[in-house]
Amino acid sequence: MKKLIAPLDNAVGLALLATLLIGVATAMTFFYAPVDEDGLNQKIFYFHVPIALTAYATFGWGAWKALVHLWKKKPGADLESYVAIHQGTIFGSLTLITGSIWAKLRWGHWWLWGEQELVLFLVIFLFYCTYFMLRYSIEAGPRRANISAVYALFGVVLIPISFLAIRLAENYIHPIAFTTNGPQMAGSQFGTFLVCLVAMFALAGALYRLELLGKRLDTKLRDLRELVLS
Amino acid sequence: MSSTEKYVAAAYLVVFVMILLYVVIIAAKLTRLDREVGELADDVRAQRQGEAAGDAAAGVADAGADG
Repeated sequence: MKKLIAPLDNAVGLALLATLLIGVATAMTFFYAPVDEDGLNQKIFYFHVPIALTAYATFGWGAWKALVHLWKKKPGADLESYVAIHQGTIFGSLTLITGSIWAKLRWGHWWLWGEQELVLFLVIFLFYCTYFMLRYSIEAGPRRANISAVYALFGVVLIPISFLAIRLAENYIHPIAFTTNGPQMAGSQFGTFLVCLVAMFALAGALYRLELLGKRLDTKLRDLRELVLS
Repeated sequence: MSSTEKYVAAAYLVVFVMILLYVVIIAAKLTRLDREVGELADDVRAQRQGEAAGDAAAGVADAGADG
């Protein structure tokens, strides 16, 4: 089992997996999944929804790492939390852009302020954007790590609220693809969606590992310079 | 190309461009790290040469004093 998941722990293995899966996901989206009554615009669903779920997952991962930092004082957990939240904002901005394009096609508007799902996602996104302002307004050290971790943990509370908002809303136009009765789509569409979801998770994992590697290298180089030139 | 096709292509293009932009940023970071490692190596080399020159000068001075 350890051998099986070993590639997931390395940036190159994950990047290769993500490239392969994104290729398969794109091919399935355009050549396997049927065009339903919504028309061609439904093809945006296969990337937009997995990207949004990946944004939630990376924010959640960032909060988990923040908790590990506060709870176990594990070295490096603060950096991991920061990188995960950075990934979350990248996927969050992609969610907002692809969602706006889809909204323009389906509803004729780029944005609707009356839609709880959209506004709550924007709130989460802006909440985590301010994380960086907070982080860089404090001098590097344990104080910055602790305050950033507490802030990251607060944000994660917004995720289930955002997730449930559309189901609790009485008037909505944002489509619901997944209900308590299961996915509201054909098997081939659901299969394509799952492959797209795994592809996005792999991409986020690869970018996360790559960024973490760069940040760690940066820190090691700084330490080495101080050691050599002191 | 119909309007729907243009919008779908735009949505996919945005994702592609964003990932590409990320790769460019990471490449820039790696280039900077490569340059900094090179500078550090040069600094260490200069420091070593300085130390060696200092040792040699001290050796000559010692030999002169002995002679």
